[in-house]
Amino acid sequence: MRKTRQSSDKKNRKKNDVIFLTGVFLVLLVLAAVFYLTRGDGGAQVRVTVDGGLYGTYSLNENREVPIVIDGVTANLLVIKDGTADITEADCPDKLCVHQRAISKTKETIVCLPNKVVVEVLGNEESELDSVAK
Amino acid sequence: MRNKVAYLGVFLALALICSYVESLIPFYFGIPGVKLGLTNVVVVLMLYCVGEKEAFAVSVLRIVLAGFLFGNMFSILYSLAGGILSFLVMVLLKRTGKLGVLPVSVSGGIFHNVGQIAVAALVVENYNILYYLPVLLIAGFVTGFLIGVAAREIIVRVGEKFS
Repeated sequence: MRKTRQSSDKKNRKKNDVIFLTGVFLVLLVLAAVFYLTRGDGGAQVRVTVDGGLYGTYSLNENREVPIVIDGVTANLLVIKDGTADITEADCPDKLCVHQRAISKTKETIVCLPNKVVVEVLGNEESELDSVAK
Repeated sequence: MRNKVAYLGVFLALALICSYVESLIPFYFGIPGVKLGLTNVVVVLMLYCVGEKEAFAVSVLRIVLAGFLFGNMFSILYSLAGGILSFLVMVLLKRTGKLGVLPVSVSGGIFHNVGQIAVAALVVENYNILYYLPVLLIAGFVTGFLIGVAAREIIVRVGEKFS
């Protein structure tokens, strides 16, 4: 008697597990779909912020290297090439931002947490910001 | 469990070794911070076979020690945020008694990433990085699932020895 109740408990739990996992998975799928559908087109420029403040805005159409200097030290090196932005050097030990792929679509970001550097791609519509930054 | 302190020490050592092994594997998905979370096997195992308090203690100590050994102050901060949030969610789900190891571990994986990116957004004061949240949630689901499978198999085979 006890044994059958235990096994039915177990069966119930297994059923709950399957329902729970499928539910979570479906929610994540929807979120991922939204993420990919709202993914921006090719961006026009990148904005660099350090510790929440604006460091500079640079056009993606022009190949150049931007050293991001914090307190007199080159913390990160931003390379803009063929319409993509990539961080190729960092003075932090983990180098996560260096390993990250180059970005080119609007809303994409590269983050260097130890230096609090954020590089984000912007679209065309904010081009007036560009002239302000310059 | 007899010799509790000794056992907890062994668990902590095991968790640290998992951290070390993981730091050796280059494991980049183009999105920074996505990791397998091998130590979560130890945390889930302890949650089911030893106790909640003990699992929490080992989880936090592991993060601090691994941070000093293989990381830096920043990695400790993010790992703590992810680790504590993920632990709380796992304990709550486990306490309902309606779910098995796999969903608990999957939720842990997901909320680990939620905690980390939330702290990251606060630190850099830029909330646009939350844009990557859906990708991180899926990564958490997948890694949590793999960890859950491993933990479940270990619990089935050797779990009784610890209780």
